[in-house]
Amino acid sequence: MSAFRAILAKDLRTELRTLESVPAMALFAATTFVLFRFGLDRTALEGSLAAGVLLATVLFAAILAINRVFVAEREQGGFDVIRLAPVDGTSLFAAKVCVLAIYLLALELIAVPVFAILFAVGAAGLAPLAAVLVLADFGLATVGALVSSIAVNSRARDLIAPLLLLPLLVPVMIAAAGAAEPLLAAGGPAYGEFGQWMAILALYDLVFVAVGYAVYDFLLED
Amino acid sequence: MSFKAPRILPALTVVTLAAGFILVFYFAPNDADQGFIQKIFYLHVPLAVCALVGFMVAAVQAVLHLRSGDPGWDARSYVSIHISVILGVAVLITGSIWARASWGKWFVWDEPTLVSFLIVFLLYCTYYPLRYAIEDRERQARYASVFAITAGAFVPLNFIAVRLAETLVHPRVFATAEGGLTPKMTLTFLVCLVGMALLWQTLVRFELAAKSTRARLGRLRRALEGDEVAAGGSRIAPVPREAPGAG
Amino acid sequence: MNMESALEPSTAAGTHRGPEAVIALTGVRRDYGERPVVSDVSIELAAGQTLTVLGPNGAGKTTVLRILATLLRPSAGGVTVLGARLPREAWKARGRIGYLGHQPLLYRELTVRENLGLNARLHGIERPEARIEELIGRAGLARRGGELVRNLSAGMLQRAAICRALLHEPELLLLDEPRSHLDPAAGVIVDELLGPEPGRSRVLVTHAVEAGLAEADQVLLLRADGIVAHAGPAAALSPGDARAVYGGAVR
Repeated sequence: MSAFRAILAKDLRTELRTLESVPAMALFAATTFVLFRFGLDRTALEGSLAAGVLLATVLFAAILAINRVFVAEREQGGFDVIRLAPVDGTSLFAAKVCVLAIYLLALELIAVPVFAILFAVGAAGLAPLAAVLVLADFGLATVGALVSSIAVNSRARDLIAPLLLLPLLVPVMIAAAGAAEPLLAAGGPAYGEFGQWMAILALYDLVFVAVGYAVYDFLLED
Repeated sequence: MSFKAPRILPALTVVTLAAGFILVFYFAPNDADQGFIQKIFYLHVPLAVCALVGFMVAAVQAVLHLRSGDPGWDARSYVSIHISVILGVAVLITGSIWARASWGKWFVWDEPTLVSFLIVFLLYCTYYPLRYAIEDRERQARYASVFAITAGAFVPLNFIAVRLAETLVHPRVFATAEGGLTPKMTLTFLVCLVGMALLWQTLVRFELAAKSTRARLGRLRRALEGDEVAAGGSRIAPVPREAPGAG
Repeated sequence: MNMESALEPSTAAGTHRGPEAVIALTGVRRDYGERPVVSDVSIELAAGQTLTVLGPNGAGKTTVLRILATLLRPSAGGVTVLGARLPREAWKARGRIGYLGHQPLLYRELTVRENLGLNARLHGIERPEARIEELIGRAGLARRGGELVRNLSAGMLQRAAICRALLHEPELLLLDEPRSHLDPAAGVIVDELLGPEPGRSRVLVTHAVEAGLAEADQVLLLRADGIVAHAGPAAALSPGDARAVYGGAVR
């Protein structure tokens, strides 16, 4: 627990000092929204289009953060530091999952209002949308931390990470979009399938946290 | 670690598949709705089932590899995925043919199983770039096992998510033969399924034997050339250079 | 791993393998791809002693050190460090080893104190502030404690790394060229910090042949191809023999 908190604090402190990840993600999201506006030739979005644009943007911004999350560990010997200490490798995994989740939530705090303004999305569905995003972010963060650990020690790591990530994240996108689409519908939010989709997201999060915990020490060896 | 080529298994496979072939064309009745083209079901579905089960088997073999450190399990896991991916290509092709014959389109997003399978296939295709991107053999095997386990956990989740998406958004277009299989069709299907499973196992055994032999050959060649042989290295997974592992 | 069961440890070096042996290597080999980096390394070190590892660049000295640090697993052979059979029992030895490698293992965007604080928490040291201040002071970094690691000179970085290695009062020090980047004054400080102490054993990788031999109880001499030229008491090895291994124009 102490190791988890120490690593988490280290990463957050570093991010606050260098501002490397979150501002880049936010800028990327804003630019992507503009691209979508012209690519789709729409100035107002609702329902499935709104959900798709928002989630695809969050996903690609997440990949930016995921590619970077272990770079300091690799280049400055952080993996050695963890392995030399009498701590479980899973503390590192848990800390990195939380770091990514925090970055994504910070991104969404900026990007969702911008999105709502740019595309005239009704505000009524935004609160339950936040709940959807929280669960989706944990799924993104968990799989992201796992894949990033695999990729960081391979060649062409910036390519391998997205290549592995995108298929793995399809269920998250499906479930998050499924939940978000009725929330952003033109006539106001609907909650018919909300529970089912949230259950899928929660199940996904649980499965991959379990997988991550089970295999992470094997990733740290050697 | 060495793998021998199977003897009885190939013969058994050929017999079962031949029996299945005969049953498909001479025994199973034509489907009322789709007619003759429905018979591709006897090829497509067993291929898909065997590929998916193959992925799960690979995940179990990966767990055994991580727990024991025995490179033999890594070899089995690698080959299981390899053969299942090859079957997966066949699944997608036969699925396309079936879709084209039934609805006139080469791919249908309405059929959740086909879509789920495509996603799973794409995921397992990334297994190869991953292995080739890691140079250290032991680490490569370990990371590949982690991937096989993660992907194995992913497969059921993926099918659940996609199916839910399709049922809630589109009604099931495919009132497939699953609902209305007559006993004759069931028998034919089972024979084909068993035949395909035997085929999968045969291909796996042959590939393991081939890799094992090639590795041993490489080792002997290097010993003949007077190179130092890394005696403990018995891995047959790919490395970026053209250097087979020792058997 | 199946390879471990195939090789039972034997007293290859001939020294008494009593319970005080902090390090015991038997027939250790480590491969890189197809080729061995080091082969058939066998040596023991008793508690409180110093093992000096000598050899030209690429001989595998760093590899041996990293194996002892539990950071690498041997491709073959038996390794026991502080009573723990590696790699299975590596967890027993962690936290009792102080490792100083080529990299300082400090995060560049944190200050010296923050880095040491992080390491303290990872090693489970409660209330580490006093210990951190003591070490920083002894290393001559008292005024630099709040400086970002990114801004330190090479010599200060090396001393900060030494503080990191010593923070948890390890029983075994693994030192890879500890005096690199240090001017003579800093060298004196560091010698005092890293010198032999009761209850502390050391493994020292160095290019300074005479100095290394002078400090050593045991010597591991590696040739350029990773083959062991000498593994045993320092008294049995002359500086001339040691330097011969480095090749070049030796008269």
